[in-house]
Amino acid sequence: MKFTIGLFLTALLGFAAPLYLPWWSFAVTSFGVALLIPQPPGKSFLVGFCALFVLWGMHTFLIDTMNAHILSEKIAPLLHLGNSGFLLILVTALIGGLISGLAALSGAYATRLKKA
Amino acid sequence: MRIIPFILTALLTAGLIVVLDIQLQIGGSKTPRLGNFLSPQKGFWQNAEPIETQFNLNLTSDKLEGKVEVYMDERMVPRVYAQKVNDAYFVQGYLHAKFRLWQMEIQTHAASGRLSEIMGAKANGVDFLRRDKQFRRLGMVYAAEKSLKAMEADTLTKKAMDAYTAGVNMYISNLAEGQYPLEYKLLNYKPELWSNLKTALFLKYMSFDLAGYENDFEMTNARGIFTKEQFEKLYPYGQDSLDPIIPRGAQFKEPGLAVKKPAGVDSVYLQFKEAKTIVDSLIKPDKSNGSNNWAVGGAKTQSSRPILCNDPHLGLNLPSLWFEMQISTPAYNAYGVSFPGSPSIIIGFNDNCAFGFTNAMRDVRDYYEIKFKDASKKEYWFQGRWQPATIRDEVIKIKGAVADTEHIPMTVWGPTMYDASFPDPSGTGKAYACRWAAHDESNELRTFILLNYSKNYYDYQNAIATFSCPGQNMIFACRTGDIAIRQQGSFPAKWRRQGDFVMPGEDSSYAWQGTIPEEDNIIMHNPPRDFVSSANQLPYDTAYPYYLGGSYPPYRGFIINRELDRMSGITTDDMKALQTSNYNIFAEMARPVLLKYIDSTSLNTNAKKYYSLLQQWDLRNDAKSAGATVFAVLWDELMKAMYKDELGQTKLPVPWPDESTLLESLLKDSSYEFADDITTKDKVETVSDIMRIAMDSATAKLAGLEMRDALLWTKYKDSGIKHLLGLPSLSRLHLISGGGEFSVNAFKQYHGPSWRMVVELTNEVNAYGVYPGGQSGNPGSRYYDDFVDTWLAGKYFKLQLMPEELMKQQLKDLKGHMTFSKS
Repeated sequence: MKFTIGLFLTALLGFAAPLYLPWWSFAVTSFGVALLIPQPPGKSFLVGFCALFVLWGMHTFLIDTMNAHILSEKIAPLLHLGNSGFLLILVTALIGGLISGLAALSGAYATRLKKA
Repeated sequence: MRIIPFILTALLTAGLIVVLDIQLQIGGSKTPRLGNFLSPQKGFWQNAEPIETQFNLNLTSDKLEGKVEVYMDERMVPRVYAQKVNDAYFVQGYLHAKFRLWQMEIQTHAASGRLSEIMGAKANGVDFLRRDKQFRRLGMVYAAEKSLKAMEADTLTKKAMDAYTAGVNMYISNLAEGQYPLEYKLLNYKPELWSNLKTALFLKYMSFDLAGYENDFEMTNARGIFTKEQFEKLYPYGQDSLDPIIPRGAQFKEPGLAVKKPAGVDSVYLQFKEAKTIVDSLIKPDKSNGSNNWAVGGAKTQSSRPILCNDPHLGLNLPSLWFEMQISTPAYNAYGVSFPGSPSIIIGFNDNCAFGFTNAMRDVRDYYEIKFKDASKKEYWFQGRWQPATIRDEVIKIKGAVADTEHIPMTVWGPTMYDASFPDPSGTGKAYACRWAAHDESNELRTFILLNYSKNYYDYQNAIATFSCPGQNMIFACRTGDIAIRQQGSFPAKWRRQGDFVMPGEDSSYAWQGTIPEEDNIIMHNPPRDFVSSANQLPYDTAYPYYLGGSYPPYRGFIINRELDRMSGITTDDMKALQTSNYNIFAEMARPVLLKYIDSTSLNTNAKKYYSLLQQWDLRNDAKSAGATVFAVLWDELMKAMYKDELGQTKLPVPWPDESTLLESLLKDSSYEFADDITTKDKVETVSDIMRIAMDSATAKLAGLEMRDALLWTKYKDSGIKHLLGLPSLSRLHLISGGGEFSVNAFKQYHGPSWRMVVELTNEVNAYGVYPGGQSGNPGSRYYDDFVDTWLAGKYFKLQLMPEELMKQQLKDLKGHMTFSKS
């Protein structure tokens, strides 16, 4: 249950924050969720990672589909990611997931400081 | 110890964010801020426009006087219906910004020497700082400031520009970071507000492009290695094949301004064969920034109404230079293409008439050698005494480095282009000032705006009368039956060869002695031959009482006039066929000469094959033609074999003689003096010898092309339309296309007909047009390049002046509806 709530909360805040704040502001909210819902470090990382991986993956997949892949096929070669949007979506999702996961992980370790 | 994993992971997270939040240096270029760039909410993904987007808006502004309705048609051409004329310009500014903001800004940054601010001093092997310095030194900002003064002194243009600027800025001010055009995200910078000065800068950039070609330094170098007789043969004035805009044999009256050569000009200035070290003048606009335009009178058309055609040839880029639109106001109803960066329709038509342009090609930029008293450059020698120079300081901001300041000494001639602190490339240390017509106060926008209003021939005359620079062949047709053309501009009255070379800067008698009087710029109105035309050839024959220095290709003009002359019962389809014709008129004249001098019996198998390809070629530069490639390669090799030895007498750059010069010499004279290879002492080569050399090297080149499967004209030419940053995936490259320099369809590698338009002035105007681009500047939009294939196929879109009622009825089939109203 904690896992699912964490997942949704991380994704929700991770979407809302960058609407008004810099692109990386989701790292702060992912960190915050991990503080709010303490879990073992491994699980926290997974919550943070999965939330943003799925969020960014789905968001960009949706954008790309509605765009009929016009732009992703132009940007992928610029970043040496082949000629289709597939890798571009994957890399985008991985970056979001990784930053969020690491932020959540440090959040999890931070909760342990209080206990000590 | 529990703090350690926390610190480690926190640092790792922060570190990752920092690395992804900065531009990384990879190779010669910088990446975007990758985290931001990939962010679905901020980065490039936001530029991926849903293909079903409807462009609907409802905006209010206190800058508006009334209401404006905009309907985006199925090709994304905005139809603007404004109650007040200036409101239309406000909305035009808004729409230009909405669809083309990045190009508007980068073009004005380039014009004002501000690219280093965005790109850094150097990137991808391009020296942006030197480029910026060149534009500052040339006085681009100085020129734009002077033009702005004239444009703002005129209420008509001032109000239009104010409204336009307000419209652009309304768009920019409401722009969230995620909505920045893609290129801002790639290069990591932000748009700045627009200003009237930027509109002036944009128009100056067109002057640079169209009235900025000269080769005074190269010609000066050539003067150093040739005798006067040789020079006149290599760089003659006029051509035999010339069919001028105002036909040969026109009677010129006494010139309104008598031009005097300075005393001692022969010993000081027209002094040949005495080597001087003078250098190349850096970035140049394309020599062939030319164009075609013509208008035929009702006596020659099927509808008995005039037809006007225009296709300006420019560098072809994405986003395109042009943006198509309709502007309807109570005062006029105009349709055509506009310049993102400037108000009004530039080339187009209204209910009554049509208008278009080709470039005049006159040389209106000259250099003067300056002697400064000392390194402070505060004084220079002029008219026998030291004169004070004012210093104009221009600060060039540089991304990632401290700003640089150019101290430009302003002389009586103009800005000092080169001196010790901005040395010429071979470092002679000498100083040269630049005199350029574009430096003079002028208001070109007035002409464009008044043409939109024009109802008849007199309106046209009045509209074009004040246009100064870049000089243009302004063509006009009206449904009353009038057709007209005039080479319009402010042209210096020059003596023969004045300004072809660098001139002495201490002597006022070398100055331009005045402007050619208005009445000596001849207008051709309803001529008996029933057509008017121009294709960058000389405007008059060389009997014209003023020297027409410049560079004028004769061939397109020749074929257009020949075709129009023989045509009758003309329809718009006939005009489209002529506009997209790949027929190579130069080859028609040159092939017999090549075949005459090639000894076909002595050719090897390979050479024979190419010889017969040439012989059997249909003279059309079609995409799949091999003969066109054979001709082009062989002609190039002949030019090299003929002139390389003469031009090689100096290490300095010298201009190549024109194709017409070689062709006309060979037609006249089988013992051409330049055939002799001056590097062989014991032998005097003949034209046939040179032709053999040319055929040998052409055969080798052609065999190489054939091995790479590149013998067909389209492969050899390898045309494309490049994104302004040159990024391949944002460009359209390796297009299958015909045409070329000597065809009416002058599509070269990256240069060609940037807008094709055919307008028949029937009661309901019957017009067609297309440009190689798309209405959106966003590479993530389906409208980014959707006209390219139509353009490539030589097809056109129907252009219609639509009444607002009709647009309203079709609303559900349109791409959007925008309303702008007074707040």
